Amino acid sequence: MARKVTTGARIGWTIAAWVVALLIFFPILYALITSFKTEQEAIAGFSLIPSGTFENYITVEEQRDYFTPFMNSVILSVGSTILALIVALPAAWAMAFAPTKRTKDILMWMLSTKMMPSVAVLLPIFIIFRNLGLLDTRIGLTVMLMLINLPIVVWMLYTYFREIPGEILEAARMDGAGIWQEIVYVLAPMGVPGIASTLLLNVILAWNEAFWTIQLTTTNAAPLTAFIASFSSPQGLFWAKLSAASTMAIAPILILGWFSQKQLVRGLTFGAVK
Amino acid sequence: MGSITLKNVSKTFGEAKVIPSIDLEINNGEFVVFVGPSGCGKSTLLRLIAGLEDVSGGHIMIDGKDVTDAAPAERGLAMVFQSYALYPHMSVRKNIAFPLKMAKMDQAQIDKKVGDAARILNLTDYLERRPGQLSGGQRQRVAIGRAIVREPSAFLFDEPLSNLDAALRGTMRLEISDLHHQLKTTMIYVTHDQIEAMTMADKIVVLNRGNIEQVGSPLELYKTPRNLFVAGFIGSPKMNFLEGEYAKSKGAKTAGVRPEHIGLSKDSGLWSGTVTVAEHLGADTFLHLDVDGIGPITARAGGEFGASYGDKVFLTPDDSKLHRFDDKGLAIKA
Repeated sequence: MARKVTTGARIGWTIAAWVVALLIFFPILYALITSFKTEQEAIAGFSLIPSGTFENYITVEEQRDYFTPFMNSVILSVGSTILALIVALPAAWAMAFAPTKRTKDILMWMLSTKMMPSVAVLLPIFIIFRNLGLLDTRIGLTVMLMLINLPIVVWMLYTYFREIPGEILEAARMDGAGIWQEIVYVLAPMGVPGIASTLLLNVILAWNEAFWTIQLTTTNAAPLTAFIASFSSPQGLFWAKLSAASTMAIAPILILGWFSQKQLVRGLTFGAVK
Repeated sequence: MGSITLKNVSKTFGEAKVIPSIDLEINNGEFVVFVGPSGCGKSTLLRLIAGLEDVSGGHIMIDGKDVTDAAPAERGLAMVFQSYALYPHMSVRKNIAFPLKMAKMDQAQIDKKVGDAARILNLTDYLERRPGQLSGGQRQRVAIGRAIVREPSAFLFDEPLSNLDAALRGTMRLEISDLHHQLKTTMIYVTHDQIEAMTMADKIVVLNRGNIEQVGSPLELYKTPRNLFVAGFIGSPKMNFLEGEYAKSKGAKTAGVRPEHIGLSKDSGLWSGTVTVAEHLGADTFLHLDVDGIGPITARAGGEFGASYGDKVFLTPDDSKLHRFDDKGLAIKA
């Protein structure tokens, strides 16, 4: 029997959910509000009502070039995602459909690299990048972002592929499907939702990655994360402009996330709730 | 046509020898059931015949042609899996049509064959549904439909009914038997359920630890089991095995008495025992007894035989139906 929910409880829970959601969303909202304030208003103290100036956006756009870091963010996140997929697909495939007794260990080992503080390997990576001439290059950073997100991509794809029962593939084989027909007619349609949500999540992770993108770039390959960071520099802090820059940096990914939220939620809870 | 011959077929997984060496002849049109306890290698054997696993040694011939190295699809067999293995993203129609599409058959012919299969299996009203919208029994029928349309030389069933509830299992058992009579195609059916084996098979292959213990018709296995394993596996409830004085007096190491071959009386008999559990099934009553000087015995009584826990009952085994086994566990021929 379903549990009874009284109207009062439902209203209570709805309010609670909104409060929690707003609390989580508040920093972003406040940055958005602040971006429409003047610098004086911004440092004057807490206020939710801006004067509604667009001045910050205009200044940010005039002072700094927004387009280059934006394009860098797009290239880095999409590029590293495609690269990660190329590497992770066969890996996850092999681990899901032809596991050995070491498969679990390899997966754990891969995931364990995510538990390591990035700063611990900053120096060796920096030196490698310098010696290979990869500092401040899109290529170098694309590879770097691919590498740091690879464990998650492999792990997610592996989880999806594990959900595809082996017997279905065998049935296709019995039905006369060759390896390509098996992929086109059976595996791809069944695997696409998983691959798509992995792709989306990886784009978001790569877009938001701030440690390596700031450490390994200066101007040429600097994405939006470095663009934001550059506002908290020499001339002192300009809260309103920083907020405008932040808003401009997160807007694309926020919009992408909004339109793909159904896919993302489905992807992230795949296997957990059947 | 659908005769299948296995010659010295063996299979090893790493160190483990799952199937040491098997020879088997399956005739065209036969309904053969592989039966045995879990892990006896029956599913592996089926998968070797299907081509889903490679043999480690030996040869598999279908209609006289060596298919040992042929891909699954080239063997002309169709398989029905335990999990049904339907394509969840395709409608019932597309599921059934899939093997025909793979065979590049033209659309008009595909439509006709799918329609025919759906009619045979009562699926006509469900053709546009997805597998997820069907009941277990309907899914099973779709899986069978997908197998039928290929007109294979033999059907392979891998425990197809084990996911269904008891009532549905009974119905599907009859449907599959009926299908066999209609199609007259060779069927190989794997199960651990000896009732399925007894009721459906023309020929039962009893497997144990990768070896064939005995091959024969259901009644042959029931009446003349070759060894202790077959005697204990075929028949429900299990045969009683008695050792000691009684067996010795019959010239055997072990004497086997089926529960249905023991006469019961409340007044007199060869042995006396006390009821420990009485299972009343309506038509039958299974009594589990502790028999003086013998030990635990299961006996079948008529449904009207009133006995309950603690009652004293007399038993007399039917000597003419006694099974005798030597110290190697092999049946002693009369």
